[in-house]
Amino acid sequence: MELMPYIVEERKDTGLYNAKLGIWLFLSSEVMLFGALFSSYVLLRTGAAHWPQGSSILNVPMGAFNTVVLIASSVSMVFAWAALKENKFGKFKFNLGITILLALTFLVVKSFEYGAKFEHHMYPKTNTFLAIYFTLTALHALHVIGGIIVNSYFWGPGSKMWQTDPQRFTNRIEIAGIYWHFVDLVWIFLFPVLYLL
Amino acid sequence: MSHSHEDPRRLSFWRKYIFATDHKIIGLQYGITSLFFLLFGFCLMLLMRWQLAYPGEPIPWIGKFLGESRAPGGIMLPEFYNELGAMHGTIMVFLGVVPLVFGAFGNYFVPLQIGAPDMAFPKLNMTSYWLFFIGGVVMLASFFLPGGAANSGWTAYPPLADIAPIGQTFWLIGMVFLINSSLLGAINFIATVFQLRAEGMTFMRLPFFVWAQLVTAFLLLLAFPPLEAAGVMQLLDRVAHTSFFLPSGLVVSGEPLPESGGGSVLLWQHLFWFLGHPEVYVLILPAMGIVAEIIANNIRKPLWGYKSMVYSVIFLGFMSFIVWAHHMYLTGMGTAISAFFQTTTMIISIPSVIILTCLFLSLWGGSIRFNIPMLFALSFLPMFGIGGLTGLPLGLAAPDIHLHDTYYVIAHFHYVVAPGTIFALFAGIYYWFPKVTGRKMSEVLGHIHFWPSLFLMNCIFMPMFVQGLAGVSRRLYDGGQQYAHAQATLPLNEMSSICAWLLGLFQLPFIFNLIWSMLKGKKVASDNPWEATTLEWATPTPPGHGNFVKVPKVYRGPYEYSVPGAAKDFTPQDQERV
Amino acid sequence: MRGTHDIKQKIRKYWGVFTALLILTVVTVGISYLKFGLAAAIIAALTIALIKGSLIACFFMHLISERKLVYVILGFVVFFFLSMMLLIYASYFSLPGGATYVS
Repeated sequence: MELMPYIVEERKDTGLYNAKLGIWLFLSSEVMLFGALFSSYVLLRTGAAHWPQGSSILNVPMGAFNTVVLIASSVSMVFAWAALKENKFGKFKFNLGITILLALTFLVVKSFEYGAKFEHHMYPKTNTFLAIYFTLTALHALHVIGGIIVNSYFWGPGSKMWQTDPQRFTNRIEIAGIYWHFVDLVWIFLFPVLYLL
Repeated sequence: MSHSHEDPRRLSFWRKYIFATDHKIIGLQYGITSLFFLLFGFCLMLLMRWQLAYPGEPIPWIGKFLGESRAPGGIMLPEFYNELGAMHGTIMVFLGVVPLVFGAFGNYFVPLQIGAPDMAFPKLNMTSYWLFFIGGVVMLASFFLPGGAANSGWTAYPPLADIAPIGQTFWLIGMVFLINSSLLGAINFIATVFQLRAEGMTFMRLPFFVWAQLVTAFLLLLAFPPLEAAGVMQLLDRVAHTSFFLPSGLVVSGEPLPESGGGSVLLWQHLFWFLGHPEVYVLILPAMGIVAEIIANNIRKPLWGYKSMVYSVIFLGFMSFIVWAHHMYLTGMGTAISAFFQTTTMIISIPSVIILTCLFLSLWGGSIRFNIPMLFALSFLPMFGIGGLTGLPLGLAAPDIHLHDTYYVIAHFHYVVAPGTIFALFAGIYYWFPKVTGRKMSEVLGHIHFWPSLFLMNCIFMPMFVQGLAGVSRRLYDGGQQYAHAQATLPLNEMSSICAWLLGLFQLPFIFNLIWSMLKGKKVASDNPWEATTLEWATPTPPGHGNFVKVPKVYRGPYEYSVPGAAKDFTPQDQERV
Repeated sequence: MRGTHDIKQKIRKYWGVFTALLILTVVTVGISYLKFGLAAAIIAALTIALIKGSLIACFFMHLISERKLVYVILGFVVFFFLSMMLLIYASYFSLPGGATYVS
């Protein structure tokens, strides 16, 4: 017997189920986390005697490609949730699978980028631009990995819940989706700031 | 739906007590762990006080066990003094007070006071505790590293912290664990208060304790992440040789650093204090909440100005995010920005004064019961008053030029946290002990604990205001011996130290009382021995799985004491008719 | 069934947002090749990023139909984020002669 209310149904006065409020609170803290790094970027750049233009150091086509990859993964993620709303479990699995594959693609491209930097002896310690570039993108990549783990769990063993409690499972996918879209959203800002300015 | 009876899941010992998801067990876990850290942090300071009272003298009894790298011949090295200072601050704030005030009291009593069966995310709650535990272990482990634990202050300013021994790296890793623990806890608290209030428990019927914890949770949620970001950057500076916080051309011990430079020392300070200031409100708000509950209960009348207190605490939380650089007046910031922070700092003193005033005014016309919790709660008021008022010259940029980083600052914040928050914690322990254990703590031992502690706290910290005004800087391992202008105030060091050791002595009756009462204390006759109105007293003692025998329904506000026409001098929140 | 129709409408919206996001990505990269000066480049890049971010937040994250409580919380977050960034940035200026925060 479930003691905890509002896991699936929404509470009347807030209009939310628990996890929905929880994920927005979590994302609020993430905004402050990435926000602090962006603030650091602003201060370091403002005070720097020389600051390279992003495109002179970073690979813009690779970055742009990765941007498209993440946007596509966001689309497939929301389609995965929509498929559950349509009661189409196969479609859900297909779309979530695409999301995970695209996320992995992002990481592969990122590792090529990092590898190329290291080959040219460009490390975080080389200058503050590279330091903040590596820190921002590595932290973002950690969040991508986290998303892959969560999504893979829901694609695999976690999807059993669809048989026993479909609405709760759909909510879980909605929450995972909100997290994943946030990861995309951070990149939407990271890409122009680091690569294009 | 909810029932308080034998847990039908029949959990194993490990699932019930170690990897517990019940908020009450987790609250106790936080309580026991943080009380241990509080004691350990206190002992670090007792050691420091020897060096301050008798600089250069070998430490009696313990000195020979400290080892040659820390105290050759039993005489404390300056580096070891710095280690004790940095870790005393870190442990007291992050491993002692916050986990106790938020993790222990918050976890145990917030769900009970709102009529909920548990926290909104029980497994997340368990994760929070174990992250805290790991963070604590990492911090303690750092004492055994070559070069010892962190020694760059609890504020860990670069460039010093960037080039400090490896203990600082462990400090940063420990902080990452502690910060994540707090973040997950904050999410849980906020979701719980919004989503799991019982029927009829509107926001304006919440006990002030819950309001205080709710605002505290928002502070933790939004202020900690920038420190986490800064911590990661400092870690990278130390481990990957980046220069986030290292200016160009830095020379250490005659050698220029090989790092690239181009960093900003002030960036760390901004990010640290962005957390640092809300952090001090994290330390005080739950304490105010505890004091409010106990005062309301022991004056047998409603708190005066409940609405003002609620609006004040919300406004306080909001303002706390935009005052941080009053810790940075002496960094060479421009006058415009200093004026901005000075203004917001003056404004933020208003809500705290309102809250304190409401508590003071509540006493007027009350039928006051002077039990041990009430003694501690009452003493909180003038002690926090002194602490708060002495913050004003620090918050104004001009006097701060003279007072910054002196003993005046140490006295100010210790008044707020030590006879402030910690007394509120003692009050809370004496008050809620019967609900958790079904027994009362000894009143006699309570008096032996209270009166000397109150007296000694003032003896320790009041002289420090004098020393600070005379210009004695903080963090000096010899207590200011070399300052010609401060010689007259130096004998006060010995007085503070002796009183500190005596204070330690008078905590022993409390520790004994706590443990002895759990086993042999006088059993309480009812579930509500203090005759209180809030919902935690409507549960069995101790509350079982699910907390309430039947789902509570709330009909009235939190402090309906002495309602005209009522049968008794208190009317619980879940009672429909007077 | 109204439920299925709702979701089909949503799916069509998602395709629309996807297209918009792709176009805006091309635009933001394209604009970066036109050398206007740093200030203009920052404004252009951040404006486009804000539009893209808003599309993702409003439609993919369902923020456009979210509850008031979430809006209130996010409102505070935006305020605190902007305060943090702008006040740190502002502290760099009006320093007494010659002093720098970053060297």
